[in-house]
Amino acid sequence: MKTKYAVTIDDLTVAYNYKPVLWDIDLAIPEGVLMAIVGPNGAGKSTLIKSILGIINPIAGSISIYGKPYEKQRKLVAYVPQKGSVDWDFPTTALDVVMMGTYGSLGWIKRPGSAQKKTALEALEKVGMLPFKNRQISQLSGGQQQRVFLARALAQNASIYFMDEPFQGVDATTEITIINILKELRKAGKTVIVVHHDLQTVPEYFDWVTFLNVKKIATGPVKEIFNDDNLTKTYGINYKVSVQQ
Amino acid sequence: MDLQEYFKLVFSDYTLRTITIGTAILGAICGMLGSFAVLRKQSLLGDAISHASLPGIAIVFLITGTKDTNVLLFGALISGLLGAFWIRGIVKNTHLKTDTALGLILSVFFGFGMLLLTFIQKMPNANQSGLDKFLFGQAATLLIEDVWFMAIVTTVCLAVLLLFWKEFKLLLFDADYAKTLGFNIKFIDALITSFIVLAIVLGLQTVGVVLMSAMLLAPAAAARQWTNSLSTMVILAAVFGSLAGVIGTGISASQSNLSTGPVIVLVAAVFVVFSFVFSPSRGLLFRQIRFLKNRRDLKLHKTLSFMFDLVRTHEDKSHPHAVKILNNFQGYTRGTLKKLEEKEYIKIHGRMWSMTEKGYQFAGNLYNQNIENE
Repeated sequence: MKTKYAVTIDDLTVAYNYKPVLWDIDLAIPEGVLMAIVGPNGAGKSTLIKSILGIINPIAGSISIYGKPYEKQRKLVAYVPQKGSVDWDFPTTALDVVMMGTYGSLGWIKRPGSAQKKTALEALEKVGMLPFKNRQISQLSGGQQQRVFLARALAQNASIYFMDEPFQGVDATTEITIINILKELRKAGKTVIVVHHDLQTVPEYFDWVTFLNVKKIATGPVKEIFNDDNLTKTYGINYKVSVQQ
Repeated sequence: MDLQEYFKLVFSDYTLRTITIGTAILGAICGMLGSFAVLRKQSLLGDAISHASLPGIAIVFLITGTKDTNVLLFGALISGLLGAFWIRGIVKNTHLKTDTALGLILSVFFGFGMLLLTFIQKMPNANQSGLDKFLFGQAATLLIEDVWFMAIVTTVCLAVLLLFWKEFKLLLFDADYAKTLGFNIKFIDALITSFIVLAIVLGLQTVGVVLMSAMLLAPAAAARQWTNSLSTMVILAAVFGSLAGVIGTGISASQSNLSTGPVIVLVAAVFVVFSFVFSPSRGLLFRQIRFLKNRRDLKLHKTLSFMFDLVRTHEDKSHPHAVKILNNFQGYTRGTLKKLEEKEYIKIHGRMWSMTEKGYQFAGNLYNQNIENE
């Protein structure tokens, strides 16, 4: 059977000012994988995700989600931005933030009702944040904030999930909660793409990996390509991690 | 005239009533829109826009020669909008940061405006043109038509806020995310910026170019202290703005030689200071009180957990121990012992103490993070 691709990227190039951040990226992400994007700081990992989501306009290249441009496939895609990208002192509650995940399917002007609230509450329950639904978001810990962001994406009820460093600065409880949810999503046939920094946990958490450093170094199953050779090519130094196969 | 007399006059004197209603409406619309400016971290946008509107007024006067306020304010609107969208253009297309762009537009437009203003004042036949009233505002020149116009704009603004409430909230909290959901954030942003410009232009006649930004920021900053909900904040800011308008007008009308605009701004500033000190959750006063209370509680908890460690080693939890044992322990005083007894965590029998079931439960869970004490 031919592999079905959730995301296909051809010749993508992105530059801020004159410096290219992504250079001629070709990437096809098969449906149903749990994929890590790894690479050093400034390798363009976040930029890659933001380009796919249309937040950044690339200089060249084309991106398609299940064969069609992103604008036509928005409802299939959910996004968890970096936690630090918003002001957590904003006057709103955890439930309210998660409700935002339903705004896309609502469209302009229509107000969220009981159906949207139910979706949001279920998402909060999944990430173990139901007891905190009425908390002001600044009174949540960093890990709890990250779980609220994950719940917001779950409320989008999508097929493909993009997450920008969801494990950044969270405690063990949150990390386990998040990775269990990611694995559940994969089990349900969803595609999950995660910008990830902790190389030690890649073989344990993910089944697919993309090495990125401005150019695409390698992409494929973790078991086949997560090795010292690719790590060294990506990080530029003789990088060794103990990979338990 | 004293303040009491003023409040009587508001209901009988036509001019005073007009001005009071006008400043109240102005305060309300500025408070509402100011909340959005503050939450977008664009507090200085208002300042830049109001200063940027000055050359518009002068140019319209030079072209038409009119002194009709509405025509002049139309000029202010155009040049204010121009300034606002130039700021966005600069930020988007150059390496400059927002604060630099704001400062640049503010000073260049204002400088140009002042240049034109001095030019106009030296023109023959143009003395007393009265354009400088837009610098510091002159509430006394408010007419009932102006007030009606303000009321209409405020109603439209309210309707738009209610209609696009969800989109505004999303844009304020997480603009990138709003974009991925398919909302046209440029449109929402332009909508809110346009209304901010409109509110500022409405206020120029009353408060003036120089102080106008305070009308946007002060009520919003005060309101933020009292609530953690966006809708409550917007409503509160509108109420604070209105109150500042009414009280400011009252004070300036009851004293001679106090111009209305600055007094309104000062009243709004009093609201801000009051809110910073006295708001229950974010205010300085209650923060200090909470700090002291926490310190007292911690002292109690320290003693209690020491006792808990002793009690834990015995089969019978209510087994009495000598008070003397505690003497070697630092946090212990007679006072803390008494307080623990008041809370029914321990019982004291002469020189002995014993822990109650309630105290044992409480002490056991003291440092247990997983139990919610809500």
